[in-house]
Amino acid sequence: MPHIRLPEGVPGILGPMSTSPETTKPLLELAEVLLRGPNTLSSAEREMIATYVSAQNDCTFCQLSHGASAAEHLGGDYKLIEQLKENFQTAPISDKLKALLVIAGEVQKGGKHVTEKDVERARKQGATDKEIHDTVLIAAAFCMFNRYVDGLATWQPENPEAYREMGKMLASQGYVRAGAQRPSAAVAK
Amino acid sequence: MPHIRLPEGIPGILGPMAFSPATAKPINELAEVLLRGPNTLSPGEREMIAAYVSSENDCFFCATVHGAVAAHHLGGNETLIQEMKRNFEASGVSDKMKALLAVAGKVQKGGKHVTSEDIQRARQKGATDKEIHDTVLIAAMFCMCNRYVDGLATWAPADPAMYRENGKRLAQEGYVHSTDHLPVNAGD
Repeated sequence: MPHIRLPEGVPGILGPMSTSPETTKPLLELAEVLLRGPNTLSSAEREMIATYVSAQNDCTFCQLSHGASAAEHLGGDYKLIEQLKENFQTAPISDKLKALLVIAGEVQKGGKHVTEKDVERARKQGATDKEIHDTVLIAAAFCMFNRYVDGLATWQPENPEAYREMGKMLASQGYVRAGAQRPSAAVAK
Repeated sequence: MPHIRLPEGIPGILGPMAFSPATAKPINELAEVLLRGPNTLSPGEREMIAAYVSSENDCFFCATVHGAVAAHHLGGNETLIQEMKRNFEASGVSDKMKALLAVAGKVQKGGKHVTSEDIQRARQKGATDKEIHDTVLIAAMFCMCNRYVDGLATWAPADPAMYRENGKRLAQEGYVHSTDHLPVNAGD
């Protein structure tokens, strides 16, 4: 049961967001620019970083919704997302993304865990300053979102199927537009 | 040395914000509404939560800046802020603040660490749904900011006077225009 009164049947982050529009607005804008703004990292890659960090933080809602978004950006490749979460080092993703996921994993533990060696490795695989910056900030932002979602003990469907529609909507319309719609329409029960 | 090229001499979070103004904007807007918007928790109390979580995350820059902002809001009471960071249960903050700081401390470890007993204690001391929501979100937000600042290995000056200055400026002027003066870097 959620720690505060939240609307029934509204999953994950959408419940708290609906009770606090003034903080929701900048949160959605941050997600939009970070995950879908113009970038040399594709949206799929950035959503994969978000999914990976959320899985490390053991946040069901976030890893399944962003996993679905990543999969839908890739035309429905849910299998890749499973491989990513299971062991990204052996998943069929680029060496650059693997190096960035290592950095994201360190940020998840704490900022000071990121070493020069981690960054060096990413640069060797072609990562730019901006890509490193964005990887760190995406990982950091999901350490926020995961704590928001779990810190209020929100209701989170466990079945990955329940997140497909949300994934499609996030991949096609993004965060600011999704936020303007009725939250309960987004996830099948 | 920072992990990416950041403008020289610009401390803490300001370097990355100069590097990436497009992401700085919503982060500053979130800080403005969360820490200074209309609220039954005073700005001083909310900045205390931010400073406490930052201290738990061992982020010197964030803990010191927000500690300075909190102190300024509380009429310059730096001693209270030091005591609060060191051991809030034994400090002079209100019982409600102690209960909310306990919740914030749990969020810092991870969202699932917050128990219904923690919430119950806060409610018993008069905390409302909104105050609990905001406490969780402030704590969560600073878990982001601390990782942003330290994850890029930004520079943090040691001089307390600089933080006192910035604390006063942020307390008086807020976050939205706090980065307007920064050089626009080749980050976008």
